[in-house]
Amino acid sequence: MPFLVLVLRNALRHKLRTALTVVGIVVAILSFGLLQTIVAAWYAGADKAAPDRLVTRNAISLTFPLPLAYRDKVRAVAGVKAVSYANWFGGIYQKPANFFPQFAIEPESYLAMYPEYRVPEEELRAFVRDRKGALVGRKLADTYGFRVGDTVPLRGTIYPGTWEFTVRGIYDGEDAKTDTSQFFFHWDYLNETVKKRSRGRADQVGVLIVQLEDADRAAAVSEAIDAQFASSLAETLTETERAFQIGFVKQTEAIVVAIRVVSYVVIVIILAVMANTMAMTARERLSEYATLKALGFPPVFVAGLVLGESLAIAVAGGAIGIALTFPAADAFAARVGTLFPVFQVAQGTVGLQLAAAALVGLVAAALPMRRAARVNIVEGLRAIG
Amino acid sequence: MPVPLAYSLRNLRARKLTTALTAGGMALVVFVFAAVLMLDAGLKSALVKTGQPDNILVTRRSAGTEIQSAVDRQQAAVIESQPEVALGPGGVPIVSKEVVVLIALPKRDSGVPTNVTIRGVGPGGLALRPQLAMAQGRMYRPGASEVVVGRTIAERFDGVGVGERLRFGGREWTIVGTFDAGGSAFDSEVWGDGEQLMQAFRRPVFSSVVAKLADPGSFEALKARLESDPRLTVEVKRERAFYEDQSAALSNFISILGVTLSVIFSIGATIGAMITMYAAVANRTAEIGTLRALGFRRAGILGAFLAEAVLLALVGWAAGLAAASLMQLVQISTLNWQTFAELAFRFTMTPKIVAESLLFALAMGVAGGFLPAVRAARLGIVDALRAA
Amino acid sequence: MSGVAAPPLVRVAGVSKSYRRGGQVVPVLADITLDIPGGAFLGLMGPSGSGKSTLLNLIAGIDKPDAGSIAVAGVDITRLPEAELADWRAANVGFIFQFYNLMPVLSALENVELPLTLARMDRRERRERAQATLELVGLGDRMEHFPSELSGGQQQRVAIARAIVTDPRILVADEPTGDLDRHSAEEILALMDRLNVDLGKTIVMVTHDRRAAERAHSIMHLEKGELFAHEELPR
Repeated sequence: MPFLVLVLRNALRHKLRTALTVVGIVVAILSFGLLQTIVAAWYAGADKAAPDRLVTRNAISLTFPLPLAYRDKVRAVAGVKAVSYANWFGGIYQKPANFFPQFAIEPESYLAMYPEYRVPEEELRAFVRDRKGALVGRKLADTYGFRVGDTVPLRGTIYPGTWEFTVRGIYDGEDAKTDTSQFFFHWDYLNETVKKRSRGRADQVGVLIVQLEDADRAAAVSEAIDAQFASSLAETLTETERAFQIGFVKQTEAIVVAIRVVSYVVIVIILAVMANTMAMTARERLSEYATLKALGFPPVFVAGLVLGESLAIAVAGGAIGIALTFPAADAFAARVGTLFPVFQVAQGTVGLQLAAAALVGLVAAALPMRRAARVNIVEGLRAIG
Repeated sequence: MPVPLAYSLRNLRARKLTTALTAGGMALVVFVFAAVLMLDAGLKSALVKTGQPDNILVTRRSAGTEIQSAVDRQQAAVIESQPEVALGPGGVPIVSKEVVVLIALPKRDSGVPTNVTIRGVGPGGLALRPQLAMAQGRMYRPGASEVVVGRTIAERFDGVGVGERLRFGGREWTIVGTFDAGGSAFDSEVWGDGEQLMQAFRRPVFSSVVAKLADPGSFEALKARLESDPRLTVEVKRERAFYEDQSAALSNFISILGVTLSVIFSIGATIGAMITMYAAVANRTAEIGTLRALGFRRAGILGAFLAEAVLLALVGWAAGLAAASLMQLVQISTLNWQTFAELAFRFTMTPKIVAESLLFALAMGVAGGFLPAVRAARLGIVDALRAA
Repeated sequence: MSGVAAPPLVRVAGVSKSYRRGGQVVPVLADITLDIPGGAFLGLMGPSGSGKSTLLNLIAGIDKPDAGSIAVAGVDITRLPEAELADWRAANVGFIFQFYNLMPVLSALENVELPLTLARMDRRERRERAQATLELVGLGDRMEHFPSELSGGQQQRVAIARAIVTDPRILVADEPTGDLDRHSAEEILALMDRLNVDLGKTIVMVTHDRRAAERAHSIMHLEKGELFAHEELPR
């Protein structure tokens, strides 16, 4: 009884100091959670990648295309169930800051491979029927207010000119981790237009997407595909969709690493603040600790009082910080729009936040605990005057 | 009559642990703040070094980057023949018609295939980039399947040593040298003969045309004429502006992220200072009463405690800035998502960053110290003395 | 535990103690030998720096001598290791301090209950005993008050209740009236007298106030770390 009562009442003794410390921890745990969520969002594409999908691209780099004719050759490779293809369009909607991915696709084969994109039956039919139609993700539609029937102009950077598309359908994801920030339109429309302007660039695709019969044979099938085009005009590089996505993330890894490091720096900052609070608190209460020891309480009891108080403050701040992380993440996601297709606070992040708060409480108490436990009774009692 | 500064200073020295922890928190915030500014400064400095002030760079309209741009031979010939273009020895215009492609090379530390810019350069290319100097080996020979690699490429990638061979575009290319482009973006590129690279990649068109102006002041006139020429669909920029625009997104991202984080983190450190100063006031109530009884005014007390908080912030600033300066030894490389290519740059300390971080630290000190100092100044003499 | 033939409750034999202050060794007690019989009410008097508080701390087991031994009820407390000494204090010593040293965050009742948590005792019994003890010191109507809501005299009575609630062998009091007005001081001294006479508590009290010391039954005078006079006071 008296232990917990002492801990809790002590924690509330300096209301201003405790409140300030709690606010500091809330801010730290909140920003830690958001930064961890940003890092997770960076990897979100790779998380959702299906194990039975391969991506085949030009071995030189992604900016080099592949001939459309490769599609049939790849389909003939043993272990391949289906093949589709897509071109990165790289258009600008109104201004360059409005970034979202746009792909020219062959609708039927492509959407058959991505069952995680859920399109209402009639919208799907309307999209397939309209050569200049577009299919947009729910998040993208919400961000820019696209509705079925709207005309969306995109200014091409790779394919010159202004292109106009009519939104024919909006797709939802099968779960919150599905990327619904994409814009799809007909590859045929792109190709016909390119053909009119410069024949040389026609009938080319950015990537081939390969569906496997058996996900376990990914490595063997990848090799077989690449072997087929070795020493041809356009050599290929085939990897799983996940490896392909990770490849993108890895190239910006310096930034991810920096964000991750900074997310731990904030914990260290608040640790210094919390340690200071506990050091001052313990110093002010030395005579009480000496009294308790004189009464016969063991050093462990006194140290426990300091630790308990520190943990109580840290965990209270941590809990509030965690509770605030969810609305803050939603607000952040709404602000950045389609920049992060998936922005969700993971359960692991909450666990990390809780662990960080507890660690702050624990480490901050370490030195003051030692001091309180070791206080010399006679000197401590004298400190009262 | 102000309270002597020594009073504030000695008080900080008297409680070392508290001073160290509070200043340490502030130091970390200053460190993050300065490091991010240094990163942005490093990026900008690399880009400024890349562009020469009297060079122009011509790309296809609205392409944005050289990778997405295409300028055909007829268009290039028109650009080359403009009267504003400077002439070199023998009356040849100083122009480089360049082709830029990306290839994926494995990074040395991680083995991750990373996009690297390959620049096929025309005969005038070297005259246009005086910042370039060979560090090792020799320059490629025109007409040969030879390339030279930039300094940071040589440091960070495998299989790019002098004498080694790279395979791309259906050919083997011998690396014959390493060049140093003075910390510019070219240090992250591989250079070869433009015509050879165009053949290998079967590209009939150039990516960009770079030209030197005889008179930098003639830029606007030239830009207006070329961009309205019906034979051309091009965009003309000063070379330096072009490279700055290319990294605007990265630079924006770094500075927005950095400033946001610094502001949020500074809340934590300011709270730390506030806690410390409130405790200092509480512990020294009797002392404050004595000072007031001796004849020091409220303003003097306010000043003394504010000075203590500011001194605390200055200690944090010095420590944070010292740690941040060490970051100058670190080189960062990342994908520039406007060009899809690797770009390496260094943390760079500038006098502006020193001044900005000082202001930032002082702001934290004043914000943390003001309310406690007000409380100290408002204590009644008799009440304060009784606290003894 | 009175009884004429019984050995003294406290036997201090050849005790010396010195402190180090600023690099200098300052002798505080020099070769003190002293017996305190059970049931005594002993006053320790002397000027500031005479070593009277140090002697009290040694007897209470919160400080250790450089030389000599202190036996309480036959146990040499100078040889007990830290942890055992703490347990010994919890069972045998009641403390009364000049500044009361109550826990400010605990109510009067909770303060009195505090030492009982060290004895294995269930919650109800603990509470009942603490209440009874507070009533004994005349604070039955102030149990839920916090120290800051009590006068100095009342706080010292809570402290006395805390000291006796575990029924210790010996009460040590360091200037128990030093921070109190005359009237409150008289009340506290009367209470201590009652504890000694009615409940047979052995009390050792340090004071520099002659009027306080006269409530004791005998007075030891210390000066410069040595005992130099012993007076028995008429009952």
